[in-house]
Amino acid sequence: MGVENHLPPVLTVPLEKAVSWARKNSIWPATFGLACCALEMMVASSASYDIARFGAEVFRPSPRQSDLMIVAGTVTKKMAAMVEKIYNQMPDPKWVIAYGTCACSGGIFNTYNTVQGVDQFLPVDVYVPGCPPRPEALLAAIIKLQAKIGNEKFSDRPDTEGRLIA
Amino acid sequence: MKDQSSVVEILKGQFGDAIQGSEVFRDQLSVLVSPEGIAEVCAFCRDDDRLKFSMLTDLTAVDFLPRAPRFQVVYNLYSFRDNDRLRLKVPVEENQTLSTVEGVWRSANWLEREVYDLFGIVFEGHSDLRRILLWDGYVGHPLRKDFPLHGVPQKVVYR
Repeated sequence: MGVENHLPPVLTVPLEKAVSWARKNSIWPATFGLACCALEMMVASSASYDIARFGAEVFRPSPRQSDLMIVAGTVTKKMAAMVEKIYNQMPDPKWVIAYGTCACSGGIFNTYNTVQGVDQFLPVDVYVPGCPPRPEALLAAIIKLQAKIGNEKFSDRPDTEGRLIA
Repeated sequence: MKDQSSVVEILKGQFGDAIQGSEVFRDQLSVLVSPEGIAEVCAFCRDDDRLKFSMLTDLTAVDFLPRAPRFQVVYNLYSFRDNDRLRLKVPVEENQTLSTVEGVWRSANWLEREVYDLFGIVFEGHSDLRRILLWDGYVGHPLRKDFPLHGVPQKVVYR
């Protein structure tokens, strides 16, 4: 709406903090488990590891209702088009965690059909190496992402015409 | 459990020359079959009352590149009634086509598409022979021994 463009800084800073506090404590992931790492991601939402403590137990099946995409598993060249399509369907603000070495860098597969890391076509916020990483590593990634979101300012995310989005 | 030599006897009795040999490795029976009669052999294995191999569990191929014939298509059969398995191996030359067994087992539809996609072996009579794992404009057959691991640069990208 542009209200935040006209506020004096004394009001913007607490507003930024409030907005980023709300965002970081209710990150809703979109399920994007592609391969074996998907199982570790599912286990992270189970009782032992409990991703719900971080506000992220709501794994939305639709990308339009989520704000985090956890790419868990090997991305093949055939699937890469669909990963990108799903990412484009997510509304702003959105973040990406590359979970597992296949999503970070292609993993042990440097073959005719694997994309060498999902960051070839997506902006990744947190990389989690491991094959598969333990569910606690996913929780650590969520904590790191929450710290990153906590430091976000409105000026980090302008819309297409350069206005600030709250 | 059927006696393995009796399976070979039954097949040889019915098809004679089409059965080129057999071997047993660790209790697994493999029979070498010539490519011309493979559809009849498969239908016989499924329908004959002494054999009754009603399930095709897998259909793959092997590339023996410097050797000729280059490929060997492998059919893994399973019999529910007798809990027994059989492997049929069919030597295939490089540009030779093989008749499809889709009429015998419907699961061969996708399995033969996979073999076509990855090896380039064409199955005659198949209702829908196109690539299944890789995308449609893909050039090359990746599981051949002379295909590089990292792939060849592609012009058509999957969209």
